[in-house]
Amino acid sequence: MTRKITIDPITRLEGHGKIEIFLNDEGNVERAILQVPELRGFEQFAVGRPVEEMPRITPRICGVCPTAHHMAATKAADAVFHVEPTVTARKLRELIYNAFFMEDHTLHFFFLGGPDFVVGPQAPAAERNILGVIGKVGLEIGGKVIHIRESVREIMNYLCGKAIHPVSGLPGGVAKGLDEEHRVQFLETAKEAVEFAEFALQIFDDVVLKNKSYVDVVVGDAYKIKTYYMGMVDAKNQVEFYDGDLRIVDPDGKEFAKFRPADYLDHIAEHVEPWTYVKFPFLKKVGWKGFVEGNDSGVYRVAPLARLNVAEGMQTPRAQKHYDRMYATLGGKPVHNTLAFHWARLIEALQAAEKMVELLEDPDITGTDLRNIPTQTPTEGVGVVEAPRGVLIHHYKTDEKGLITAANLIVATIGNAAAINMSIEKAAKTFIKGGEISEGLLNMAEIAFRPYDPCHGCGTHGWPGGMPLTINIYGRGGKLIRQLRK
Amino acid sequence: MTNAKPKVAFYWCSSCGGCEESIVDLGADILKVVAAVDIVFWPVALDFKKKDVEAMPDKSIAVTFINGGIRMSEQEEMAHLLRRKSQLIVAHGACAHLGGIPGLANFWNKETIFRTVYETTVSTDNPKGLSPQTKSIEGGYELTLPEFWDTVYPLNKIIDVDYYLPGCAPQRDLIMNAVTAILEGKLPVKGSVLAPNKSCCDDCDRNETKPEKLSIKEIKRPHEVLLDPKTCFLAQGVICMGPATRGGCGERCIEGNMPCRGCMGPTDQVYDQGAKFLSAFASILEATEEEDVERLVDSIVDPAGTFYRFSLPSSILKRKRLEAVK
Repeated sequence: MTRKITIDPITRLEGHGKIEIFLNDEGNVERAILQVPELRGFEQFAVGRPVEEMPRITPRICGVCPTAHHMAATKAADAVFHVEPTVTARKLRELIYNAFFMEDHTLHFFFLGGPDFVVGPQAPAAERNILGVIGKVGLEIGGKVIHIRESVREIMNYLCGKAIHPVSGLPGGVAKGLDEEHRVQFLETAKEAVEFAEFALQIFDDVVLKNKSYVDVVVGDAYKIKTYYMGMVDAKNQVEFYDGDLRIVDPDGKEFAKFRPADYLDHIAEHVEPWTYVKFPFLKKVGWKGFVEGNDSGVYRVAPLARLNVAEGMQTPRAQKHYDRMYATLGGKPVHNTLAFHWARLIEALQAAEKMVELLEDPDITGTDLRNIPTQTPTEGVGVVEAPRGVLIHHYKTDEKGLITAANLIVATIGNAAAINMSIEKAAKTFIKGGEISEGLLNMAEIAFRPYDPCHGCGTHGWPGGMPLTINIYGRGGKLIRQLRK
Repeated sequence: MTNAKPKVAFYWCSSCGGCEESIVDLGADILKVVAAVDIVFWPVALDFKKKDVEAMPDKSIAVTFINGGIRMSEQEEMAHLLRRKSQLIVAHGACAHLGGIPGLANFWNKETIFRTVYETTVSTDNPKGLSPQTKSIEGGYELTLPEFWDTVYPLNKIIDVDYYLPGCAPQRDLIMNAVTAILEGKLPVKGSVLAPNKSCCDDCDRNETKPEKLSIKEIKRPHEVLLDPKTCFLAQGVICMGPATRGGCGERCIEGNMPCRGCMGPTDQVYDQGAKFLSAFASILEATEEEDVERLVDSIVDPAGTFYRFSLPSSILKRKRLEAVK
């Protein structure tokens, strides 16, 4: 008799995510499924809205990464109006964007994903949160985390109006510039951010890499799946967040495709299932073969590890050193170990911080030419950025007044939707054998998807935090025979 | 009455997570809040579950902050549960307060939204015409999903709401003031919006550049003109919802050199924010000839989506009329 295990993250995820695990007669895992039970339908209510308002509307897709939607929408609006931002406007956008990446990535490490490592995967659930991190690393460091996050968000508040939700992007530029006084102040913050990112990598080093039992978990098969990877690169094939080509590598690390983001429809399609509200993007030229690994499956992954896997290096010197070290430590490219997302995320935070310094030392940044006023008839445009959680695509068609007639959004987390299901299933298969349900299952499920930093705000809603879990195990006739909680 | 710290809960419904971030953005203040209260339920940050809430005595939570509109069956259940367990419910942020931006979906119904999302969007590959079902069979197993409704509702259409914390997302000062008022028992009358009862213009630095008598000959969209960073947007011919919108937000959008879009909702005297703006706006349009009027009205390209950007589900535009519009 088969059994069903429900990992129901109740609270936040009751509305927003539920894992079902099915066991066969031998008590082994046959299938694991992550359901995302919410939808809001932005593609529909974008219709009729003026395209220049989309940078102010779409951030409400996700309040955790509103800047990513703001920027993708702004770039799509540039494309719709056939206008480029001025030199200063482009650099200000990049500054905003790197500040956002830096704070978002560090937020994840210290508040969300990090507690698994810093406090320890076996620590009581009540301690596995930011307060637990502060308890472990000390109040002084906790204060440092809060301070750097506030300072970096101050840059965003100043330049974007509000960090939640930004307002300043317009087709052809930005609404607000930077004066010398603030440049000097923000440069100090940026330099602190570089040191802070190095410091976070040091903590990762001390807590994770110097602990053999953690390293074994990172490199173990339970958290490893072989997929394609997609990410944005600059002209030198280095990791790029704001603007560049999209590159795909196959599971062996070979370039499979490199294309302009506007051509995304040649490469990406989305599969629909009746049991979840999110769609599953896949590589069109490989095809949807289901939730399976390997070269014949169109499943790909996005976000920090994917970006590092598709690139040939980082854009900045300090980040490059850590990039080299990560691949040397984990046995070369590509790295398929899902837990390496955490490491890659911190390396990216360092690049973002170094980029902030670079941009704030650039004389163009305080320029006053902020806008190119659109003159051409609006038509259609695609705007793509790397969100912290992966490739983010906004695509709008408009009438001649610039009112949207059709919108398509492929949001970051959803790029990993199939892979998250597969990661959960793989970990479940490792931890559940012959009907034996290890207590570790509770942490397993959480650890299997947290590296993706799944923010289903981007698909439907928000999903940024700690995940309360209950696992119900049902016997014959649906009778509850055991419940595990943490 | 014991000396135990008051119990506080946070919950989110159909929202973006920005209201949760607004709590994280309290920064160092969050430690003060944590010291003063006992957080018994906050899915984004702490590991407490629905069952823990169910087990609590009724009215044992001093205050629950709920953000997000209500559009899925499960959200309605959670709202009712939290209402039962809480002495006070605060609608946290524009979506719970007014419906918010996701409430713009009320121009359409479930069927249309599903068709767009799961069929007609250009990257969708769905040869079998599948769409999410409340019950489905996968590999011989039954799976369930909560129901997606036709309509987004603000929180007070579902449960009784005691206070409203406005804004998208609410600003730090407003949140701290609300928390302080609750802790000190200095709350205003039930049903109050916890923000100053004055218009956004009253606090706006640009207010002094607003002429005594505004008159707009031509309406400009924000991308069509270089926006002067010191002058009233309406004086520049750019639609700004400031006059029909409650202040207290710190005028952050205007600090970012962009016009107000109304996330704080109306002041106490106003029932319908969009209607209020329309009447105020109509009076400043300078047009005497009929064709001028028509030209000016035509140049407001998305009146409903602009004047009701955050408040459609709580507006006087009722559901049936909205469907008729489309």
